Amino acid sequence: MAGEHVTVKVTVNGDSYSREIEPRTLLVLFIREELGLIGTHIGCDTTSCGACTVRWNGQPVKSCTVFAVQADGQEIQTVEGLEQGGQLHPIQEGFWEEHGLQCGFCTPGMMMTASALLEKTRTRAKRRSGTRSPGTCAGAPGTSTSFARSSTPRTS
Amino acid sequence: MIPGSFSYSSPGSVPEAIELLVQHGFDVKVLAGRESLIPVMRFRLLEPKYIIDINRIPGMNQVEERNGYLSIGALARESAVEQSDIIKRRYPIIYDTAEMIADPLVRNLATMGGNLAHADPGNDHPATMLALRAEVVAVGPNGERVIPIDEFFVDSFATALEPDEILTEIRVPAAKPRSGGAYSKLERKVGDYAVAAVAAYVELGEDGTIQQAGMALTNASYMPIRASNAEKTLGGQQPSDELIREASSVASQEADPSSDLRGSADYKRAMIRTMTRRALAKALDRARTNS
Repeated sequence: MAGEHVTVKVTVNGDSYSREIEPRTLLVLFIREELGLIGTHIGCDTTSCGACTVRWNGQPVKSCTVFAVQADGQEIQTVEGLEQGGQLHPIQEGFWEEHGLQCGFCTPGMMMTASALLEKTRTRAKRRSGTRSPGTCAGAPGTSTSFARSSTPRTS
Repeated sequence: MIPGSFSYSSPGSVPEAIELLVQHGFDVKVLAGRESLIPVMRFRLLEPKYIIDINRIPGMNQVEERNGYLSIGALARESAVEQSDIIKRRYPIIYDTAEMIADPLVRNLATMGGNLAHADPGNDHPATMLALRAEVVAVGPNGERVIPIDEFFVDSFATALEPDEILTEIRVPAAKPRSGGAYSKLERKVGDYAVAAVAAYVELGEDGTIQQAGMALTNASYMPIRASNAEKTLGGQQPSDELIREASSVASQEADPSSDLRGSADYKRAMIRTMTRRALAKALDRARTNS
């Protein structure tokens, strides 16, 4: 019970980690506090907003609603894993160029969802990113154009 | 918000899971898609001492027709149900329902089995399963039993599952010619529970009359309810706008919603009437074009 620990071996952004944790540890807290990857944010803490979105074996999921112990043996990607070899991911580039945000707090989650959608559609798919930015967010139009930009095939 | 402490097991088979259930009795919760259980644990509304995570049990994720029914495994994710070709083509009412649950990220993990077993009166699949007259397969220490959906929901958040049983499969009668169903839901914003939602299913005879009707309501009472009087209103009748209006009015009278942040009881009853009208019209359209 309290204090009981289990071993979790998980691959995050291609690196293997092994940690002793309590089974009640939520994946988002594991990522932030055990692994020190603080790019994944805690937003609503009630499975609503999507700020904590990570990719779980490729699928975008809310990491506040998974126990870290369940990730044993799985592959997780966080926002820190989007950039490859010093090159921004097309989604990051799109958000950068089009200023796809207002305050930026939920942007890591937005980008994780958008990166999965981008791989799935590879077509223009404005306004279908699946995350739920607050309706009042002034970044919403920019987010759409950011996604549109990253999903438009390059000609040059 | 951090859940209370618990011991964790992830058995590799159903018998192993049942052995653990027998051992731990009432202090245990079964974890499938986790999208309902983890939130209530974080709010400390529930503090189980043991968690049995069934996600590592192989199989149980089928969405396929076999032996005269549609079989949906307890671990089939909502996203898999939603993307299944057979669901879209033959059971569009289930597609309507899955698509309205929470948001795409939640549906990547959430399961239809969990949606039924959690028995939240606001959950969407219960009404659809009532309308389709589905069955639920439960496995316990004495083997398997098949529970008709009308006996499955017994109260708010309570089902006929025994503490040592696991829901393993959902069975929906195979789609018949001239049958059709639809689910209509009013929600305040994407991902919310229903203000009012209605599942409607009809089977038409060769002469176009309604041979069989299945009507059920979401968030219209303390548990998912069948609108039996609306079904009786429809049975044996030739579909018409007037009949749809009458059945919708009957369904709204069968509802017993409570006033809360999603609206007053009167408003919800009115919305049930509107949702019934929409679901029924769509179900009839689908039945007519389904030869």
